[in-house]
Amino acid sequence: MVPQKFEYAAPDSLKSVLQLLDAGAKPLAGGMSLIPMMKLRLAAPEQLVDLQKVKELSYIRESGNAIHIGAMTTHYEVETFPVLLRKCPLLAETAAEIGDLQVRNRGTIGGSVAHADPSADYPAALQALEAKLVLIGAQKERTVSAAEFFVDAFTTVLEPGEIVREVIVPAEELGTGTRYEKVVQPASGFAIVGVAVRVRRSAGKISFVRVGITGLSNHSYRATSAEATLAGTTGAAADVQNAAALVAEGIDANSDLHASANYRKHLASVHAARAITTAISRAS
Amino acid sequence: MKITCTINGKTYSNDVETRLLLIHYLREVAQLTGSHVGCETSLCGACTVEVNGKAVKSCTMFAVQADGAKITTIEGLASNGTLHPLQEAFWNEHGLQCGFCTPGMIMASKQILERYPNPTEDEIRHGLAGNVCRCTGYQHIVNALKAAAAGARK
Repeated sequence: MVPQKFEYAAPDSLKSVLQLLDAGAKPLAGGMSLIPMMKLRLAAPEQLVDLQKVKELSYIRESGNAIHIGAMTTHYEVETFPVLLRKCPLLAETAAEIGDLQVRNRGTIGGSVAHADPSADYPAALQALEAKLVLIGAQKERTVSAAEFFVDAFTTVLEPGEIVREVIVPAEELGTGTRYEKVVQPASGFAIVGVAVRVRRSAGKISFVRVGITGLSNHSYRATSAEATLAGTTGAAADVQNAAALVAEGIDANSDLHASANYRKHLASVHAARAITTAISRAS
Repeated sequence: MKITCTINGKTYSNDVETRLLLIHYLREVAQLTGSHVGCETSLCGACTVEVNGKAVKSCTMFAVQADGAKITTIEGLASNGTLHPLQEAFWNEHGLQCGFCTPGMIMASKQILERYPNPTEDEIRHGLAGNVCRCTGYQHIVNALKAAAAGARK
């Protein structure tokens, strides 16, 4: 498998990267999706700009009640970074389930979200976290929500020449319980269905709940009717089942040789119930 | 494009096509054929090598991305005829049958033991999820990692 010929540059400053992007180059982050696509000639960029030397895109910083993650931060770094493990364990738990050890060593959060594979893991967590994404191009910088960012399969609001600069997630309030549950497609490591849940309790009732879903349809989403059904209940087994039954409501589910649309919807409900149950057990 | 990297302690400088994959650079240019090409689609892990201390699938990286990098391949593990403890453990525990996946298995195992010096079975199996063995030898491979970890603790 030999990709088409291309020109390659690996500048060490974001400014140089943005200039090359403006001139038509395609950005290369960890390469865990782009390189396989180039090998299959599904992608054939004439010019690649490699972001691996841009140190100003690789960081995890806590600021107030938010955690800022640079686009070139690897899945392994997200999986193991102490601040994330303590204050945004949902994202760390999700990162630990991506692909495999070698993929997590090179793959990056910015590259993964920009690629927007409908079966990728991060989008479920980013929807549940109501994450924000900072996008930058040669002319301007803008911030969008995860809900706005993911448009369709492999399609985001990124414009030509624009890249994800950072992902902003909340530092969880004390007592928040979270869980990412995934049905893995064993050959690829991708999620046939993935469910990310955040729950808070107050005076014996569920006072806050967010449910993010990936793998089920062309893009990730928040299961808002499931959230509304669970909120205000005591979170008993029947409440969890009622809410989980709604996660695929109104969704045009994907169908492939691994799982039909109906089976995918069934998996989503079963795993939503498991994820909600675990998240509640982790909430205090 | 001219690249310079260090492989198993030796410096290599070559002019390569930008589209040359690292695995082909290692095997065909540096003539280090220990790392294998299995699936060439980043699923099987037979091409796993260490780049700047991280286990990576060298079929999913361009050689030009390794410019300036420090690379270790399976050939770099034994020193002066003494096998690396993981190589010893794979041998003793019968962690291979045909041996095709073994170079990648050992390079991934090295990373697992660096991160989990005393790994649980779950940590071993989760860590090896990106390496495929078609002789169905996983149990012996898991045993080999446990033996290597126990040996290191002695």
